[in-house]
Amino acid sequence: MRAFAILLDRLSYMPSRLGKLELLKNYFRSTPDPDRGFALAALSDAIPIKVPLRRIIIELSADKFDPYLFGLSRDYVGDSAETLALIWPQKETHQPPPPLGEIIATLLPLKTVQLAPVISRWLDQCNAVERWALLKFLSGASRVGVSARLAKTALADAFSCDLHDIEEMWHGVSPPYFSLFAWLEGKGDKPVSSGVPIFKPLMLSNPLEDQLLHSIDISEFAVEWKWDGIRVQFSRAGGVTKLFSRSGDDISTTFPELIADQIFDGILDGELLVMQNNIVAPFADLQQRLNRKSVTAAMLKKFPAHIRLYDALQLDGKDLRELGFDERRKRLEYWFKKQQSHHTDLSPILKIKDKSELLHLWSNIREEGIEGLMLKRRATAYLQGRQQGHWYKWKRSPLVADCVLLYAQRGAGKRSSFYSDYTFGAWKDEDGNRVLVPVGKAYSGFTDEELRKIDRFIRENTIQKFGPVRSVKPELVFEVAFDAINLSGRHKSGVAMRFPRISRIRWDKPAAEADTLDSLLKLVEGRVVDNLK
Amino acid sequence: MAGVKNFESWIRPQPAGLFCIPGNFYIDPILPVERAIITHAHSDHARPGMDAILATSETLNIMKIRLGDGAPQRPHPLKLGENIKIGDVEVSLSPAGHILGSAQVVMSYDGQRAVVSGDYKRSSDATCTPFEVVNCDLFVTEATFGLPIFSFGDATQEIRKLLNSVEMFPERTHQIGVYGLGKCQRVISLLRAANYDRPIWLHGAMRATCDYYTRCGIQLGDLKPVSEASSKLRGEIVLGPPSALGEIWSRRFEDPVNCLASGWMQVRGRARQRNIELPMVISDHSDWSELLKTIDETGASDLWVTHGREEALVYEAGKRGINAKALSLVGREDEAE
Repeated sequence: MRAFAILLDRLSYMPSRLGKLELLKNYFRSTPDPDRGFALAALSDAIPIKVPLRRIIIELSADKFDPYLFGLSRDYVGDSAETLALIWPQKETHQPPPPLGEIIATLLPLKTVQLAPVISRWLDQCNAVERWALLKFLSGASRVGVSARLAKTALADAFSCDLHDIEEMWHGVSPPYFSLFAWLEGKGDKPVSSGVPIFKPLMLSNPLEDQLLHSIDISEFAVEWKWDGIRVQFSRAGGVTKLFSRSGDDISTTFPELIADQIFDGILDGELLVMQNNIVAPFADLQQRLNRKSVTAAMLKKFPAHIRLYDALQLDGKDLRELGFDERRKRLEYWFKKQQSHHTDLSPILKIKDKSELLHLWSNIREEGIEGLMLKRRATAYLQGRQQGHWYKWKRSPLVADCVLLYAQRGAGKRSSFYSDYTFGAWKDEDGNRVLVPVGKAYSGFTDEELRKIDRFIRENTIQKFGPVRSVKPELVFEVAFDAINLSGRHKSGVAMRFPRISRIRWDKPAAEADTLDSLLKLVEGRVVDNLK
Repeated sequence: MAGVKNFESWIRPQPAGLFCIPGNFYIDPILPVERAIITHAHSDHARPGMDAILATSETLNIMKIRLGDGAPQRPHPLKLGENIKIGDVEVSLSPAGHILGSAQVVMSYDGQRAVVSGDYKRSSDATCTPFEVVNCDLFVTEATFGLPIFSFGDATQEIRKLLNSVEMFPERTHQIGVYGLGKCQRVISLLRAANYDRPIWLHGAMRATCDYYTRCGIQLGDLKPVSEASSKLRGEIVLGPPSALGEIWSRRFEDPVNCLASGWMQVRGRARQRNIELPMVISDHSDWSELLKTIDETGASDLWVTHGREEALVYEAGKRGINAKALSLVGREDEAE
């Protein structure tokens, strides 16, 4: 527990990814089983107990503290668990807090009503940081700035193994991962899983650069639309269906309609979309469905999910990854005709005669409302990760707009003395006055040299400071590039940009000549037209 | 003491600050006045443009250093524990343990005793005289950290945390945000007590007060101005005002670790908001239990809370049978902000 508390505390303040990896690596190497396994479970949202922490915090605080003082404190801190950790009186105790393994073993057989007194006794044995860490652990270590993928990456680094191997066995092992750690330390065989749906590392694509387009032979590639959804892996074995995100996180419970009543046996690769009447809905609709632990019937009806399949890694017990793309595709099509799994269809292969046709298709994508094209080498096996020369993504050219810098915020880590995060606006008519309304935020697309210049401009043109944020005289114009723009009820301007970045800094352009909100609204796409076969 | 106490008949808050009527003086006024007593030299208590000022000689000297021409025209030093009659009021100063020269103002009038404590702390600090409890009827307290979540442990632990980090990241500069008067010298003194004997590098704004502390016999060891550094100060410790951490000043250091020494660092959100990688919970104010302990020990029947998180303290004092009220004096700042 003590080591885990120090780890979590330092992770929560560590600004850099490399620093976080270093902390995690040291922890995994130096902490014995089963504690490191349960720590890994907490960091990857796989902790094997469910503790109704909110209720327990209410119970403990009502029992021990003046409700008025607790309320004032909670309002000040902004987080109930942290408040409880801080307000809890420090006891003089010689008994250290229990190890994570003991915590799990003790809580597992208990009924919900029995939890609070046990947790209370442990809190008495902790210092303030440990109390915070204990409550964090019981809540699954959420919001400490570590993703499941980062934890797995640290694990791979710590024991010099391939991240793909860990991803592939991940859903076949369970906390505290004895077999996984034994294998990592060279003390056991590679854990094998059978009869459960697992995740296999995805094949990723590289951007297609202009010069590359000239050198490739187009007849060696299959061409597909690049759909504007999220990449998923659909895996089914032993009567269980799972949906995994591109990083191998299990997102099955978020999409119950996809999981229910499937009958295939295999591992399929595809794009998760929201479809309405056979038409792909805007990405914003899909976002409504993501990251939810439970889904309402209304959501299911309003934003029905769909998987557009484009590859098969495994079918009916056969690993297809060694086969070339064309061969895998043939099997995918054959299987699909036979099975007709619901809520799915196949991403069509586009018939392209030559490069000029390809170019024509690509340049008209904006109208068709698709993210771009995918080029996949017909002869290549299904390879793990991002390998050069096999799969290419060719995104449609971005939209651009000239916007005015309104607010700037200091960055983190190496950028902590630079104003590097920018909020920019477009002009709008309000009762006959032209005003600037914020339309987006960006923090990339400029060089270090440009960053220094923008930083100087901000410091010399500050109107007001609000903590780490400054409002700036509306004088500097950024050409902002973005992939799409959607209507949004959550933003004051009514629009939200996708992947905005600074494409040029227009030191020359007067702010009055920047774009208007009206012109941005014209770029909002309607429903995407499907069936482009 | 007989009858109903009516402290407002002789001491009351006014727009310029707390005013003692029979003595005709203010305490820590926020506006320029003719006669005042100043508890300590922090800028929110010791403002420029005063005329006749009574304070400890240390406070007066620091005001002279920090305010220059704005320092009091007619300074009247008073030793701790020495009595003086001002009008009909018996006045003395008693140590507050906050920073060098800090004092509580003890006033006796008409059989009643009131103590205005200014800012104070009870934990140990080698750079100033420790707090002394004065029995009184009315105790006027601050409540900067007046919530039960504030519990400041041993400051030496925080110094150890810093030194561990310096050892772990020997290629980086550790820059610590500290308030220039009091916190700065206390952190240096704690580092020296932990046997850290390398030079400590200072932002220009810290120099004069550190020199004054040294002249007063407080050992701070080898201090060097950052402006004279010929390298990026890898592996060194640098002290600067909190506002300088994210500023251009900090770019001269090697991949700096941002540290901040303040009671606010107890709350995670506060540290994250300011991009602090190493929060150090070191405060020159009392935490919740020290506030309550002090209030109890004074034996006061009445409590006035000047500034901070007064609701909680007024409420808790009320539960303990003390007549408590918030004065909500304006012009006081949160520590190190």
